[in-house]
Amino acid sequence: MIQPVTSAVGETTGSPSAKSAGPSLVAVGQAGVAVELRGLSRSYGDVHALDGMSLDMTPGELVVLLGPSGCGKTTALRVLAGLEDADSGQVVVGGKDVSSVPTSKRDMGMVFQAYSLFPHMTARDNVAFGLQLRGQDGPTRRKRADEYLELVGLNSQADRYAHQMSGGQQQRVALARALAIQPKVLLLDEPLSALDAKVRVQLRDEIRRIQLEVGTTTLFVTHDQEEALAVADRVGVMRAGKIEQIDKPDIIYSAPTTAFVAGFIGLTNRVSGHASDGIVSVLGSNVPLLPGSPTSGGVTALVRPEAIRFTPSTMGSGPGTATVVATSFLGAHGRVQARLADGAILLAQMSVGETVALHPGDIVDVAIAPSRVLATA
Amino acid sequence: MSAGTGQAGPAEAKNFGGPGDTPVDADALTQVAMEYPMAPEIAAGSAPRKLRAAARRKQAIIRRIVITLVALFMILPLAGLFDFSTRLLNGKRTWRSWSTVFHFSQLTAAAPDLIAGFKITMALCLVTAVLTVALLVPTMTWIRLRAPHMSKLVEFICLLPLTIPAIVLVAGLGPVYRGIAHTLGTGNIWLCFIYVILALPYAYRAIDTGLAAIDVKTLSEAARSLGSSWSRVMLKIILPNIRAAVLGASFLTIALVLGEYTVAYLLSKSNLSVALFNLGLSASGDPRLTAAVSLILLIFGFVVMFGFSLIGSARREKKVKK
Amino acid sequence: MTSQTSLAQPAPAPSTGGGGRLQRMKSGVGTAPFLAYTALFLLVPTLIVVIGAFQGTGASFSLGNFRELLSSGPILQSLGRSLVLSLVSGAIGAVIGAVVAYFLSTAPPGGLLRKLVTAASSVLAQFSGVMLAFAFIFSFTGRTGLVSRTLNSWFGVPLADVNYFSTLTGLIIVYAFFQIPLMVIIFLPAVDGIRPQWREATESLGGSTWVFWRRVAGPLLTPSFLGALLLLFANAFSAFATAAALVGLGAPLITLQISQALTSETGLGAPNLAKAEALVMVVIVAIVMAAYYAIQKRSSKWLG
Repeated sequence: MIQPVTSAVGETTGSPSAKSAGPSLVAVGQAGVAVELRGLSRSYGDVHALDGMSLDMTPGELVVLLGPSGCGKTTALRVLAGLEDADSGQVVVGGKDVSSVPTSKRDMGMVFQAYSLFPHMTARDNVAFGLQLRGQDGPTRRKRADEYLELVGLNSQADRYAHQMSGGQQQRVALARALAIQPKVLLLDEPLSALDAKVRVQLRDEIRRIQLEVGTTTLFVTHDQEEALAVADRVGVMRAGKIEQIDKPDIIYSAPTTAFVAGFIGLTNRVSGHASDGIVSVLGSNVPLLPGSPTSGGVTALVRPEAIRFTPSTMGSGPGTATVVATSFLGAHGRVQARLADGAILLAQMSVGETVALHPGDIVDVAIAPSRVLATA
Repeated sequence: MSAGTGQAGPAEAKNFGGPGDTPVDADALTQVAMEYPMAPEIAAGSAPRKLRAAARRKQAIIRRIVITLVALFMILPLAGLFDFSTRLLNGKRTWRSWSTVFHFSQLTAAAPDLIAGFKITMALCLVTAVLTVALLVPTMTWIRLRAPHMSKLVEFICLLPLTIPAIVLVAGLGPVYRGIAHTLGTGNIWLCFIYVILALPYAYRAIDTGLAAIDVKTLSEAARSLGSSWSRVMLKIILPNIRAAVLGASFLTIALVLGEYTVAYLLSKSNLSVALFNLGLSASGDPRLTAAVSLILLIFGFVVMFGFSLIGSARREKKVKK
Repeated sequence: MTSQTSLAQPAPAPSTGGGGRLQRMKSGVGTAPFLAYTALFLLVPTLIVVIGAFQGTGASFSLGNFRELLSSGPILQSLGRSLVLSLVSGAIGAVIGAVVAYFLSTAPPGGLLRKLVTAASSVLAQFSGVMLAFAFIFSFTGRTGLVSRTLNSWFGVPLADVNYFSTLTGLIIVYAFFQIPLMVIIFLPAVDGIRPQWREATESLGGSTWVFWRRVAGPLLTPSFLGALLLLFANAFSAFATAAALVGLGAPLITLQISQALTSETGLGAPNLAKAEALVMVVIVAIVMAAYYAIQKRSSKWLG
């Protein structure tokens, strides 16, 4: 059973669905198909937007393609949709090669970053658009449209136009429209990037919830790493037309395989240390190294803020101590910046209690937790 | 309608296996088989058909055909103009008109009114543009800053000339210009006053867009809070930031003045179009010379417009690069 | 100086109506030059026309001008001809111009083709009245015209005489000629406003090109098209220069009638006939413009 999505701040849902939302919504719908992108390459002149990029998606999975602008993530999505041609490589959906199939026959739902909705149609008509193209008659498609609007929590807006809705509402309608045709694949091209921060956070959770309920294989493109980690089954970090690492969010975060991935996700401190035998000695602590790091010699360790703790100094000076520069209180936790002897600034994330106990000018001891870190030469 | 890919992507990349629908060659086949040995269900002969590229190419071809056809039709009268300017009644070619055009002394002798008309029109272009900008920019800035409730009224007034054709206006201008004749004289230059009115709708829109883009209120409040006087705000803060809009407004005004005939004729004044008219249609005029001059003016106008669009995009590129 | 206090109290903000009528009048002071100027050169002439239309001999109120107007065959015929000319040339210009505008919009936005066509359109539409008339007279009429003699020698089409462009057909041809570029200029922004995402969304939902035009682009562009058509109509209806250059004898269009009435030495029976004709013109154009603005308001919500 589909439950209507709970309303976001400031938006009202219609009355909770007393009627059966129709087992048709999920049971008949595609339970998700497997998607393979094989060796996609696409160049524009000298620029290689895609450089032999490959990706396998299991049915029902939500994969996020994450990366800086120009890394090819949007190009990959558009090649999958059929909106761009690849110079070489294949797109395989549900075991069938669709590389030569035009967009209109690929049966994929798409949500764009902006201008998603047809401005001259109501929300209901927008959602019903794809259904009409599939030959459903008036009453049927209106009913289905209303069901999907309810799924995204907007059945009260069914008769409104795009310019009468907020950005978040528009994107929800766009999502309903994409899902209403029960597509094989759902494609989301930076759907939240144009929205306010608060709306973004709420809407991404709802997108994830809906996607899990409906079970469609989904490709989600974004440049916001927090967003990526929050919604994905797997995150693929892309750079220069290729996927550099693709893993579950917690693995991407805690075990990056390259310095680029480590630097792109979350915050990192770059601290010099000395490696030997798979352990790096940095600021007086010994920390195990992740695979991919040099095993000996002088290295730069990439340490996450939450792995660092500052405590009021017992040593007073020497390696392993730092001087507090600033503290900030972030609600659930705190952050402290301290300057090392060589002038570099370290950022630590600690509990509120520990943070407020420190003041600018205090000398602190630096302790680094023994969780594995990546290092570069 | 381009699917957006034409606008987003740069030039098309090289096609794998040949354009659009042509069959794939053997090398490509081998390559496909080697790269994807695990894909038995993929037909060995298929390469990704470049659907988008093919569609774009087709569209480009149709576009060029359509526009060329229309362009040919539009050029026809201009070609006729050129032909006429060089043709004697007995069918022989003569370049006399053209040599007259390009030799200033000959031209002055052959069509003194035309030269005079050209000069006065040039002066009118300048004066009208300056007057229009001087009238509109302070007023519209003032409205944004001090009197937003008047903006609807001013907008209405500025767009009124679109609804009141020049010919109608001129029917009521008699007394006004009689008054001007008493005070300022009957010179042709005083056409500038009514030309400003004719230019209002176009100049208003251009300047309105420019002012809207720069958040006048914030800029001037910032300047004022730092101690600037109002005139400084206008000259040093507002004007430089709406340079493009002011240029656009002046440009539209100039285009209007260059071609204006109605008011000048009915107020018994002379300008370029009036002189040209007389040259072409009066018994004492020279049609061939008129044809040559008309063509020159049209080409000149085209070059100016084209050049302006180049400047416009060059400035935009500079801004983006910054 | 007192930057600190200035920051705390920025320059007096414009009173938004809360300061009473005196404040509003004071704040309107800056617009005085503009209002005075437009009053003198725009409002006064308009009032002169409006008042004069209702004035008989000796400045007395009279409807004589309108009676003269409505009973005069030539004037009514010229009005009718102007309306037909404006409608037909507007329709031709709108259709052809829309097609050109569409194809132009598919070209690269900053590209050469666009710049060339927009520049040419600006020239032909906006400041070519007299020159354009000459181009047609010299090309299409008589034995010396390029087109007329080509048509004659190739297809046996009889040579058009100098007065061809005084006829309605001739006028339609010339008017359509400058309506097309005007349409391109007016309509191109509307076509550009069709976002690529709408096309792509249509395709991903399973729609073909035909579906896109019938259900998305068509409905979205229709208001702009109609609005542009209205503008073209008003433009043709108000045109004078081109007509004056084309027409040899008589005054087959309303604008030419007005001009004739203004410049005629002999009284035409009603002294302010020109003003009455002008008033009729203004009313017609005002209706057209009002319809245009109504359409604009509605569609700008969608495409804004």
